[in-house]
Amino acid sequence: MRQPLLALLAKEPAHGYELKLALEQTFGVAYPSPNIGQIYVTLKRLEQDGLVQSQDVEQTTRPNKKVYELTAAGREALRTWVEEPSEGPRVRDEFFIKLILAPMAGLAGRMELINSQRRHYLGIMRNLAGLSASDTPARLLIEGAVLHLQADLDWLERCQEELV
Amino acid sequence: MSRPATNSLPSTDLLETRGLVKEYRSDGVSVEAVRGVDIGVGVGEFVAIMGPSGSGKSTLLHVLGGLEPASRGEIWLRGQRVDRLSLAEWAVLRRKHVGFVFQFFNLLSNMTVADNVELPALLAGATPRQARRRREELLAELGLSAKAGSAPARLSGGEQQRVALARALANEPSLLLADEPTGNLDSSNTRDVLRLLQRTHDQGQAILLVTHDARVASMADRVINLFDGMVADDAPVRRIPYPVSSILELHGL
Repeated sequence: MRQPLLALLAKEPAHGYELKLALEQTFGVAYPSPNIGQIYVTLKRLEQDGLVQSQDVEQTTRPNKKVYELTAAGREALRTWVEEPSEGPRVRDEFFIKLILAPMAGLAGRMELINSQRRHYLGIMRNLAGLSASDTPARLLIEGAVLHLQADLDWLERCQEELV
Repeated sequence: MSRPATNSLPSTDLLETRGLVKEYRSDGVSVEAVRGVDIGVGVGEFVAIMGPSGSGKSTLLHVLGGLEPASRGEIWLRGQRVDRLSLAEWAVLRRKHVGFVFQFFNLLSNMTVADNVELPALLAGATPRQARRRREELLAELGLSAKAGSAPARLSGGEQQRVALARALANEPSLLLADEPTGNLDSSNTRDVLRLLQRTHDQGQAILLVTHDARVASMADRVINLFDGMVADDAPVRRIPYPVSSILELHGL
């Protein structure tokens, strides 16, 4: 949640609720609907870390609101985040560890593990295929997940060929 | 795995195999591509076959479609044992009840799109007028009416595969067999073909297809995994709720 908030504040200063709306508008269903409390907590921590600063703005009919803006340190942290390559694909996931260790411990056969994992991936795929997303970020995200799942299934086939 | 041969009626499955074996011989060496397969496809059921390359998927489908003879075992279609039929008898039955779609379309290149789609109906004994009406319906449904007079080669891959589907569905077969129907298509053409398969399924026609494409397989009622010529898994596909929001977690953000 830290980086998305910094990125939105790089565009313009905003208060917590505006940030929640901006996240929702930008990502649609592709982003876990942000909890307003979580946003306030994150903003407070970012302020403690010197990455944002806030100003109380008086409102006549409501309590004051805090408007946050990015500091120079915040802009620097954001730049570092954007320039860093993001983490690569998931390898050596939990299933892989199970696949190697469970048969050694006599807990399950490899074919059995591969079969149940394949069923699981196909079940997720069936769910993803039934989702319709009109907004582009969500659609691209779903497509990415579909491609990842396809790769996971192809990899299961490789495991089947090599290990069973 | 294989059960003794019998001529008694099998279950009510539309298609059923018992101890099916397909063996190839070359230079005195025999290789079993399909090694004792028992599978069933119910009326209106959508079944996908997955498995590594060389697991015997396509061979199995070809044997079921009568494109190659079985070596041993039984194949039952609509309660009738078909592996013992003569080639001609089997061809007649297949024309009426089974449609086939291939990865590389296999349209007749010297005939128009319209003729490709009308041919199976004519071969099955429809009058030219009936065949034509059915062809017009199908091409309209698949958005291909404007291409009726074209040669297949002038169509894109996606369009050719839709024509191949129209041809396979011309006789309203109770069973559609498809070998990697999206294997050669880009994602937008794949979506079109998936929609058609879904519609075919919704209309109560059974589908048995071989695929590597998880999107295709996930639409099926049941997925069979073939490995080394044998059934390694045969299980229904259950939708697993997976909120889109958690996709972000999948990507580690």
